[in-house]
Amino acid sequence: MNFDKELDARGLNCPLPILRAKKALGEVASGQVLKILSTDPGSVKDFAAFAKQTGNELLSTAEAGGEFTFFMKKK
Amino acid sequence: MDTKKMAIIATKGTLDWAYPPFILASTAAALGYETQIFFTFYGLQLLRKDLSDVMISPLANPAMPMPVPMPVMVQMLPGMESIATMMMKQKLKKHGVASLEELRDLCLEADVKFIACQMTVDLFEFDKSEFIENVEYGGAAMFFGFAGETDICLFV
Repeated sequence: MNFDKELDARGLNCPLPILRAKKALGEVASGQVLKILSTDPGSVKDFAAFAKQTGNELLSTAEAGGEFTFFMKKK
Repeated sequence: MDTKKMAIIATKGTLDWAYPPFILASTAAALGYETQIFFTFYGLQLLRKDLSDVMISPLANPAMPMPVPMPVMVQMLPGMESIATMMMKQKLKKHGVASLEELRDLCLEADVKFIACQMTVDLFEFDKSEFIENVEYGGAAMFFGFAGETDICLFV
């Protein structure tokens, strides 16, 4: 999937992936896509909830070998 | 849609209990909540410029997971708090949990408002110059002015 910015939140735990993502979304334009890498298993539900509450769209969530990849489109 | 609001009352000044107010406030701010933390009694310790005295004690803290069971008589020994604090900080770091200083800075960056209870500041004769600068001082009525309009209000 194409993306405009990447955030490496691997090794970080709650709530840092969300806080860093919020900051990174502030640095892209509306409609642009942020790719987020995380190793925090809690981030799966956290990013879904973050998307629902902030209106930014979670395009996809994938897991491979304990690593999670999210694509989020800025509102 | 009106902005959602959250207020937290932070009353504890130990390393373990310092986390919930800062984690919840920074996350709420990231979710778009207008957020305030009212620091009172021992919670005021979390406003110090230097947070190195914020410690955790195994004493009278039986729920704290310990690598080896430790009798109360041992927990009482001098230096045990420092050791427990050092171990806890190592554990937090190992698991990628932010330091208190980092979380507090993230709160401030996200415009979380910090209110210090003036009465407790006076009661404990705290010196305001030891606190960070981004603090307002106020009382219970001031807190209710904001808390009465919140969607979430927590006591920690």
